Amino acid sequence: MTPLSASPATTASRPRLVVIGNGMAGIRAVEELLERAPDLYDITVFGAEPRVNYNRIMLSPLLSGEKSFDQIVINDLDWYLINQIKLHAGDPVEQIDRDDQVVITKSGLSVPYDRLLIATGSMPIVIPIPGARLPGVVTFRDVDDVDTMLSASAKGGHAVVIGGGLLGLEAAVGLKARGMEVTVLHLAGHLMERQLDASAGHLLAKELERRGLTVLTSADTAAIQGDTHVTGVALKDGRELKADLVVMAVGIRPDTRLAAAAGLEVGRGILVDDHMVTNDPAISAVGECVQHRGACYGLVQPLFEMAKVLADHLAGKQAAGYPGSVTSTKLKVTGVDVFSAGDFSGGPGTEDIVFRDAGRGVYKRIVLQDGRIKGAVLYGDTADGAWYFQLLKAGEDVSGLRDTLIFGQGFAAKEGGAANPTAAVAALPDTAEICGCNGVCKGTIVKAITEKGLTSLDQVKATTKASASCGSCTGLVEGLLAHALGGEYEAAGVKPICKCSDHDHDTIRRLIRVQNLKSIPAVMQALEWKTPDGCHTCRPALNYYLLATWPGEYVDHGASRFVNERVHANIQKDGTYSVVPRMWGGLTNAKELRAIADVVDKFDIPTVKVTGGQRIDLLGVKKEDLPAVWSDLNAAGMVSGHAYGKALRTVKTCVGSEWCRFGTQKSMEVGVNLERMTWGSWTPHKFKMAVSGCPRNCAEATIKDFGVIATDGGFDLLVGGNGGIKLRGTDLLTKVTTEEEVQEYCGAFMQLYREEAHYLERTAPWIERVGLDFVKARVVDDAENRRALHARFLASQRHAQVDPWAERAPGAPAARDFQTLATVE
Amino acid sequence: MHRPLEWKDIGPLTDIPVQGARRVDHREGRIAVFRTIDDQVFALRDECPHKKGPLSEGIVHGHAVTCPLHNWVIDLATGFAKGPDEGCTGRIPARLVDGRVELGLVA
Ligand code: SRM
Ligand SMILES: Cc1cc2nc3c(=O)[nH]c(=O)nc-3n(C[C@H](O)[C@H](O)[C@H](O)COP(=O)(O)OP(=O)(O)OC[C@H]3O[C@@H](n4cnc5c(N)ncnc54)[C@H](O)[C@@H]3O)c2cc1C
Ligand code: SF4
Ligand code: FES
Repeated sequence: MTPLSASPATTASRPRLVVIGNGMAGIRAVEELLERAPDLYDITVFGAEPRVNYNRIMLSPLLSGEKSFDQIVINDLDWYLINQIKLHAGDPVEQIDRDDQVVITKSGLSVPYDRLLIATGSMPIVIPIPGARLPGVVTFRDVDDVDTMLSASAKGGHAVVIGGGLLGLEAAVGLKARGMEVTVLHLAGHLMERQLDASAGHLLAKELERRGLTVLTSADTAAIQGDTHVTGVALKDGRELKADLVVMAVGIRPDTRLAAAAGLEVGRGILVDDHMVTNDPAISAVGECVQHRGACYGLVQPLFEMAKVLADHLAGKQAAGYPGSVTSTKLKVTGVDVFSAGDFSGGPGTEDIVFRDAGRGVYKRIVLQDGRIKGAVLYGDTADGAWYFQLLKAGEDVSGLRDTLIFGQGFAAKEGGAANPTAAVAALPDTAEICGCNGVCKGTIVKAITEKGLTSLDQVKATTKASASCGSCTGLVEGLLAHALGGEYEAAGVKPICKCSDHDHDTIRRLIRVQNLKSIPAVMQALEWKTPDGCHTCRPALNYYLLATWPGEYVDHGASRFVNERVHANIQKDGTYSVVPRMWGGLTNAKELRAIADVVDKFDIPTVKVTGGQRIDLLGVKKEDLPAVWSDLNAAGMVSGHAYGKALRTVKTCVGSEWCRFGTQKSMEVGVNLERMTWGSWTPHKFKMAVSGCPRNCAEATIKDFGVIATDGGFDLLVGGNGGIKLRGTDLLTKVTTEEEVQEYCGAFMQLYREEAHYLERTAPWIERVGLDFVKARVVDDAENRRALHARFLASQRHAQVDPWAERAPGAPAARDFQTLATVE
Repeated sequence: MHRPLEWKDIGPLTDIPVQGARRVDHREGRIAVFRTIDDQVFALRDECPHKKGPLSEGIVHGHAVTCPLHNWVIDLATGFAKGPDEGCTGRIPARLVDGRVELGLVA
């Protein structure tokens, strides 16, 4: 192919490239082209869907609630703007006029092209049975389908998924997570028969049944029942199932309609040569819509390979053509590890190596032919999938490894040494493919890490695209980072909350909300905790997340709180406790001081100290005395200072304009009012505030979670500071003029922190992680959202502002726990 | 010298919170009595093998308790520290009889 020179038809200064299809293959091709030749074309993209380019693979986690739409967007609007790409999303092309080289859209737009790229993907197959078009029947292809499923699942009820392949199972698990009763109907004798053999298919069915799904194999659907909406599904063997939602996931068909109508050569897909060009040299095609050397593909890895070849061609680069792809499969269901690659149908001349571990639910099968791997199926332990796939693609002779092959690479590399994941990736050859979706090898990643000085998973994603699509190779990429950087690498991204679960904090928080989980046992059941009742790491976190998500509804679980928060005092090294009553804004008076003095005498308290938080600490109180100490302090009007809690601690103030000759505002009053508004609230980590009356900042507001510094014109609001081992000064959030605004920003900021941060993450590291802009966008720029956050904060405070000390006064039922149970000889 | 074990009633199981503990005073030191999620009872000396933290104040999970002072995890059935930490605290036989908790103490 000769590179394009400005052809006669070109009126603009650059040749015009029109792309039909704003999906994964089309846009990947554009990305690859921009990398090779950023300014070569004047690019216009048409998309039938009214949205930017997103990661279709991630529709499954979007359905289950593990991801939000924002998290699956690949290129946002800015990307189109920066790259000067005209996007017409929501306006499908209806006709290609090859004589005049224009495309005509539904809205009537007519746009000329010099080069045309068809990337229309495929259409879900709808089996032509009675009722197939009834409302309540959906396919699983785009965001609209997910929205339909979500609104159906919000009402609960029964879902029937027709098709037990990759897509059907991911839909089924997602709907189950959303609270529906789910049945999967599968025509073949076992699930995923194209990817799995019968044994693995059986294990998979058992696992899904254990999770509460019903799986019917050899089930042939006769009709979908219902008058105005789906009510049920009838099988050919006479069985009938109740259904409020039916998902058809029986396969896909390349979308060749436009191409066929324009007279391009079409088989099952649009026919292309090795450079992705159709029989019209001005028109190329990539993605699921094409047929190349007889094959159509339904996974992203081959499409991304096509995109590279096409980009070479469009950029006028002489390069090798596309040879076709060998693909491997993974099922994206959290906690279910399934991998398959190649041909595992067996047959003459082949030999099986099988490994089973019933206890761990592991099944592995490798099919060999002439000493080479021909196919592999892994269930339950897929860590070696990449390695087998590598050996398979390379056609390597594995006869020498035969005896230990099934135990995986760690074993092969170290001869029985304990396989540790970092050592295992370290042992891979540079040519080993790490990211199947994007075809990135180990060598490329290691080179990027060392030459470009990459230190995080996100950087590797951005630079090499490894792990940027389905994400199942994240562990391997992290292993490479760990190996290349040694101890300096701290894995980011998906970090399970603790050893009891596979989920990270963010996922757990989201699932609690979307799955309506309202107790610790409910969370553990729904999210498949691996221990009976968690541990000291996850239980307090779950207790907080539930409390913050369902204020007034969730009943606090004392046994899941650290001792200090359970007994509302700080445990000391000798097992005694310290008691810190609240002194609003650091102010006190004779009555309070007298009561404190009396308590000290009465209970023989050894140490009395002024804290760094502007109040008084009574140290060395015996546990059994706590209720009585509190009761005496309560009588003088004092309440708990929460000095022990992941909660609002202190609001330090300086004297301010009430007394100070430099003061510009009433800092004591502002501080006391802030403390009155926020006391009692539980937060991910402790939360401290301070109000200084002028920029001399005597209250040290610049190292607080929320600091206020008064100025002549009003108040500077500061966030994200702390003392501690890693000192961090605050960032300026904004400047305001009235005290009402101070309160509103404070409540909104605290609520955002309460809703977003991980348990035990203080505002300083939280802001470092999400960025100050994230906070500003929600609290400063969006006034409506700020008011909503503040209102949610106040609403939850209605249930939180109860003095825990008064609740445990002598005689109250809770006071009993402070006594010893018995005394025995 | 053989000292016989004597079972002492210390009260109903319901006096101990689920996934929690209560303290019993004994002439040889305090005893922590635990009730786990599956309603089993265990008893240990109320002293962490690390720096004597009160185990009765820890978070109880599975058949283990996490010490409130520095997060050592102690196995309730054996009194041994789990994981990388090494140490052991005294175990006292405990049993349930008709919903009441009994400790086996040497007479
Ligand atoms: C009592 C007090 C020291 C004092 O006598 O002044 C104190 C005592 C403790 N601090 Fe503090 N901190 C005290 C003010 C501070 C301050 C000063 C302040 O608030 O302006 C700071 C620096 C400001 C800050 O928080 O950023 C401070 C930063 C810390 C940190 C580091 C926090 C961080 O985010 O890095 C810890 C460790 C932690 O929380 O994980 C800590 C932890 C502790 C603990 C809870 C350690 C522990 O786990 O046992 C101590 C509890 C003692 C007890 O039983 O009462 N304390 N601590 C102060 C109580 C204030 C109050 O009235 O509530
Ligand atoms: C739920 C789900 C899970 C999946 N999981 C995986 C996985 O784990 N691993 C994997 O490798 N693959 C997975 N896939 C498959 C993968 O998403 C597809 O192979 C890939 O998206 C195909 O890319 P494409 O660009 O060819 O088609 P698409 O991404 O579908 O893009 C085609 C786009 O063209 C638009 N279009 C069609 N006609 C027109 C027109 N006339 N005018 C304008 N626009 C038009 C469509 O609206 C669509 O947006 C999954 C797919 C789904 C649906
Ligand atoms: S500085 Fe250290 S020793 Fe002092 S109170 Fe804080 S945590 Fe305890
Ligand atoms: S005293 Fe128990 S862990 Fe330190």
